[in-house]
Parts: sequence; structure tokens; C-alpha cells
Amino acid sequence: MASRLKAEYASELEDFESSSKIVKFVVVKKREEQDHAPREDLLSFEAVMLPHLDAAHNLARWLLRNEQDAQDVVQEAFLRAFKSFGGFHGSNGRAWLLTIVRNTSYTLLKKNRVADLTTTFDEEIHTAGHESVSPATILEHSENAELIKEAMDELPAEFREILALRHQEGLSYKEIADIAQIPPGTVMSRLARARAKLREYLAARIGKE
Amino acid sequence: MNCEEAIKLMDGYWDGELDPITNQAIEQHLRSCRNCEQAYETHGALVRAIGSAAPYYKAPAELRERIQSSLREEIAERPTRNVVRDVRQVFRRNQPELRTSLWGTPWNWLGLAGLGVAAAIIFAAIITLNLVPRLQRPGADQFLATQLIASHVRSLMANHLTDVASSDQHTVKPWLDAKLDFAPPVVDLSSEGFPLVGGRLDYLDNRPVATLVYQRRKHFINLFVWPATSDSAKTTKAITHQGYQLLHWVKADFNYWAVSDVNANDLQTFKQQFEVQTSHH
Repeated sequence: MASRLKAEYASELEDFESSSKIVKFVVVKKREEQDHAPREDLLSFEAVMLPHLDAAHNLARWLLRNEQDAQDVVQEAFLRAFKSFGGFHGSNGRAWLLTIVRNTSYTLLKKNRVADLTTTFDEEIHTAGHESVSPATILEHSENAELIKEAMDELPAEFREILALRHQEGLSYKEIADIAQIPPGTVMSRLARARAKLREYLAARIGKE
Repeated sequence: MNCEEAIKLMDGYWDGELDPITNQAIEQHLRSCRNCEQAYETHGALVRAIGSAAPYYKAPAELRERIQSSLREEIAERPTRNVVRDVRQVFRRNQPELRTSLWGTPWNWLGLAGLGVAAAIIFAAIITLNLVPRLQRPGADQFLATQLIASHVRSLMANHLTDVASSDQHTVKPWLDAKLDFAPPVVDLSSEGFPLVGGRLDYLDNRPVATLVYQRRKHFINLFVWPATSDSAKTTKAITHQGYQLLHWVKADFNYWAVSDVNANDLQTFKQQFEVQTSHH
């Protein structure tokens, strides 16, 4: 087939001469039109998404517990978001971006085989020996940012993420359900478990001091 | 509302995410119960502490620059796609010529290559579209299972187990029939050890569904019923998820999903009894 094509093409060189002129004209014109489009896309993408850069970074940082990984994931997420920006027609750019950041973070967590994707996490160590710590004592320590950060970092990923989304971004249950890809009815119970666990870990840390 | 229910709903109450009626019920309970009120205050203080004391990690300036330059690199690499469009454009322009000599010029030839690429893409798309629904089936089931469990848990949590509370199937059935565009079979299974408690409307799998509520000793069984589509698998399926038992079957044009915390055997018995009794009616 290929040799036949070549032979016929060689026999009709004259036609090639005439049509190539048309071709050049068309190509140049198309280039001019299309050069603008990606740049405009980029500008409108940045206008909608860059305001949520802090939120994206904060979520990735809590999920990955590592600054370098968080930055890599956020950059990757922005690139992914830009590529599928044409498919975004919603009004909630933040939730849309955070969903992508979350998925990208989990991909990395899974790749690194981090064992904290589920809630079963050496509970015995943490639940032991803090029964004596009263709610009032916990409250006294509640302004200790370092302590809260350490206790939160110990929680499983799904708890870290839901606490950050609710308490730091102030998102509604509906938005959280969309981002974490869980039914809206599950958000409240997961938040309740996350808060209870955090309180337990705080108590355990205070008890050790 | 009792203390156990109040504690369960406390996070939703704190977050202002409950419906007005439940909200009011909790408020009333907190006013009358010193213990729960105290628990609520401690809880609130902790919740506030997370919001104010946990560090918020703002993005460093260099990350913004990195992202902006990577996006610009991305669009700089794009023109490759334009070439394909150009070729198609050329192909259209050359059409009259094409009729006289099909393989006339390398440009036509390129145009055909472009068409070939387009055909390959369409072909691939058709294959993917055909394959994807099949591949997604387990995921869709999982999602439905989670929805069913959530609905089951909510029905027990928020004091909204039944819309029509009656052990009389001749009360429950007409009530459901009037509210839905289908008429689900309703039977009382008291003599089989599964008394009918009532019926409820629910929204699942993107459609309104009927929920029949049965009791087994101290446990509740939610039986979700909606018309089966022609492509529904006819097989019976048992799933254990988050400690709940789910049993699915299709019978006489209806989809059934039974959800409960009773053991798997009880649920199987329930299904058999339900089928025996509905076939009598």
C-alpha cells in the first residue's frame, strides 16, 4: 500500500505545487486565530483558581504532613485542573479544586504505602492511661498550637482532611461530602469520630507530660 | 429525645447542619439535661480550639510562581494539536480535487491520515464507552451500598424511622402507593418473627423509593424497594459493609435491598419469608 501511494504521489507533482499554496495560507491563518485561545483559557483559569491556592496547599499539607510533597501535589493538581478546566461549569471553584488536590494527595499517599489511610491505627497506645485527664485540663491546653498540631498529625488521613475542611475552610457538610466523596449522611458521623479521636489523643499527650 | 440521641447528633447541632425540627428537639433536651449541656459546652470548646489553634498552612510565594510557570509551559506545548486541525481544514479545501485523483497530493494523503487518526479516536471512544459501564459496576454497587447504609443509619438516628407507622399492611401499602409512581408489595411478617413496623419514603439511586421497616427482636430491618430496570442483574447478592448486612435481590420487576445489623442468616430468612408471603398475595 505504502509503495503504491508513493508512486502515485510522485506522478502528480504538479498538483502538489498548486495546492501547497492554499495550504500555507490556511495554516498561517489558523495559527493566528488559535494562539489567543489557550492564553485566554489560562488567564480565566488563574482568575478562578489561584485565589484558592492557600486552601489547596493547606489541605495537601495536612494530608501529606510534609512541605515538599504538599508543594509537588498542589502543582500537579493545578496542572490537572487546568487540563480539565473546560469541563468545569460549576460555581464552586474551591470545592472543585480541593477535590483534585485530595485525589492527587491520596495517589501519592498510596504510592508511598502510608499505613494511615484507614481508621484502624494503634489505638491501644493512645487510649491507654488518660482516663484521669479531665475536659477542663484539655481545655487548658487547647491554645497550645504545637500540641494540637501534633495530635492532629497522628490522626488517620480521612480525619485530618475532614477537620481541615470543616474547621479551617469552614465548608458545609454538602461541600465536604463532594470533596471527600462520601454520602452527605456520613459527614456528621465522621466529623464526630474525628473530633472524639483528637480529644483522645490530646488527652493522651497531656497525660504523658 | 434521650441523651444517647442527643450525643449522637451533637456534632451536627454544633455545626448548624441539622434540620430545624431536630435542631429544636436538641435545644429542648439541652435545656432540660444538665449532663448533656455540659458535654455540649466542653465539646464546643474543643471544636473552637481546633479552629483557632491548629496551624493554617498558607502557600509560599515560590509555589505560586512555580505553578504559574508550569501552566505557561503547558500551553506552550499545545500547538501540536493545532496541526491535526490544520490538516483537516486542508482536506476540506481540497475536496473537489480529491474526486478526480484520490491520492493526488501528499496533502490529501496527510488529510486522510488525519481522518484515520480521527476514526481511530472515535473507535477507541466507542470501545471505552461500551466497556466503562461494565467496569464501573462494582464501584456503583459500593456507592449504592454506602447510600443504603447511610439511609438506614439516619432512619434510626434522627427519629425518622417511619412516615406511616402501622403494623397493618393495608394501611402502609395504600399510603406508599399514593406517594409513589409504583406500587410496592407490602406484607406483615409478624407470624414469621419479623413484624411490620411501618413505611417510609426515601430517595436513593437518583429516584424516590419505598422503604418498609420490619423488626427482628430489638433490631430493625429497612427494606428498600423500587422498580427494577431491564438490565438489573437477577442474582441475589449479600454484602457486609461497615458491620451492616445488605441483601439484594430482584423479583417480579422490583429491586429489593434489605439493610440491617441483624446477622446474615436472619436476613436470609427474612428474604425467604418475604418472598413466600408476597407470592401468596
